[in-house]
Amino acid sequence: MNIFSRLGEFLLMIKGMFTKPEHWRMYWKELMHQCVELGIGSLGIVSIISVFIGAVSTLQTAYQFVSPIIPRSVIAQIVRDSVILEFAPTITCIVLAGVVGSKISSELGNMRVSEQIDALEIMGINTKAFLILPKIIAALITIPLLVIIAMTLGIWGGRMIGDITGILPHEIYDRGLLDAFVPYNVTFALTKAYTFAFIITAIPAYFGYNVRGGALEIGRASTTAVVTSCIMILLADYLLAAILL
Amino acid sequence: MILVENIKKGFSNKTVIEDVSASFDAGKCNLIIGASGSGKTVLMKCLVGLLEPDAGNIIYDGVHFTQLNADQKKIMRRKIGMLFQGSALFDSMTVEQNIMFPLDMFTHQTKAEKQKRVDEVLDRVNLGEAHKKSPAELSGGMKKRVGIARAIVLNPQYLFCDEPNSGLDPQTSLVIDKLIKEITQDFNITTVVNTHDMNSVMEIGDKIIYMFQGKKEWEGSNKEIIFSKSERLNNFIFASEFLKDAKDMRMLEVKGKIQNDRDMDSLLNS
Repeated sequence: MNIFSRLGEFLLMIKGMFTKPEHWRMYWKELMHQCVELGIGSLGIVSIISVFIGAVSTLQTAYQFVSPIIPRSVIAQIVRDSVILEFAPTITCIVLAGVVGSKISSELGNMRVSEQIDALEIMGINTKAFLILPKIIAALITIPLLVIIAMTLGIWGGRMIGDITGILPHEIYDRGLLDAFVPYNVTFALTKAYTFAFIITAIPAYFGYNVRGGALEIGRASTTAVVTSCIMILLADYLLAAILL
Repeated sequence: MILVENIKKGFSNKTVIEDVSASFDAGKCNLIIGASGSGKTVLMKCLVGLLEPDAGNIIYDGVHFTQLNADQKKIMRRKIGMLFQGSALFDSMTVEQNIMFPLDMFTHQTKAEKQKRVDEVLDRVNLGEAHKKSPAELSGGMKKRVGIARAIVLNPQYLFCDEPNSGLDPQTSLVIDKLIKEITQDFNITTVVNTHDMNSVMEIGDKIIYMFQGKKEWEGSNKEIIFSKSERLNNFIFASEFLKDAKDMRMLEVKGKIQNDRDMDSLLNS
């Protein structure tokens, strides 16, 4: 199947999700379930990554700043902008593409292979709307929130490590954080977060939903889904930066 | 009654079903039998709308299913229950939640009403104690029974069973067959069963359609099948030496009872 057929199939899948729900309460329940699965379930890994990225950014930036002319507070500015513009949205979402993407792909693939999707279809349920749409909406709700948490923890991680190692006292770090702050950067980061949230749910859902075969194909679909999602995130990252900055 | 008229279905230039016409009677167990690759599963998937036939009509009690739009098909499907080969129970739900799911989705009953209905169908399939178990805790036969319970919970008019006995021991297979037969008669459902199992053919086959290489090769009842002249059907049904011997013995037994063709006809009609 060539790339255009896949793209067409993907667009038809997206179109097929928008029908009137059979039972609003069941869809709401599924949405809440997915918010917990995708959002709360990813909180731990996102927190750990963010703190370490912030901490490493502070150490490496400080290591490269050897000139006494440049004020130390600039380190905090660089950490802040790197975390807000790139690390929090992009790195977090690439990690989530692995965690959430493989989960979605293998879950739907397993449901397809074990005929659970057929069973839902036979009941008269729009399986695209019931199984895929809540995942995408849940990601659009929770992933931007995770990115905000990642930004906060990343900046906090840098502050903490600056203090612990004595490289950068927190008074200077805090002053640097407030210097030349551009609020638009947060808007840009959230725009990226929404775009990536769609990518890391819709693409794995497509690959999982269309699995044919058995366990081997589920594994292949999961790998393809994660690789494709990561490439699409990087491509979208570049395009958004080129267009919006 | 379900009528199938000149159904054709193929995949990438390979024809899987070729011009099949058949009828499935209400209140009867209608069996589709045939070797692997004969097109019986594809035929069943066309019947329930999981696959779109390339040509032909499927008519459910006067309703042209193939001509319905997607929304009308969704409504029609609520009259259909299906038991899948692997049971297709939802792994993340308990037995009770699996059966309650269609009620949650399509009815506005109170929780007590839904619970009562779940209890009824679980009792009907003799699984009164399995409410809180997860599908992973169930044996193959129990999974099939839960699958049947879920298929009938909305009181369907049509029940489809895809290889209900696959992976089951002969004794459990008989239990499942008996259950399908009883449910068909009790609720006057049009049941279509896709099977390889010769016990099922003999036990519950009110009407049997034999498929061979995508075409309908033979049609009749379990009483007629033993006297069939179709070599392909005989080779399929009585595949082993044991079954061939059993058939010969049965034929001898029958021949001993009858004197002429008229007696044979009366035996078939009895």
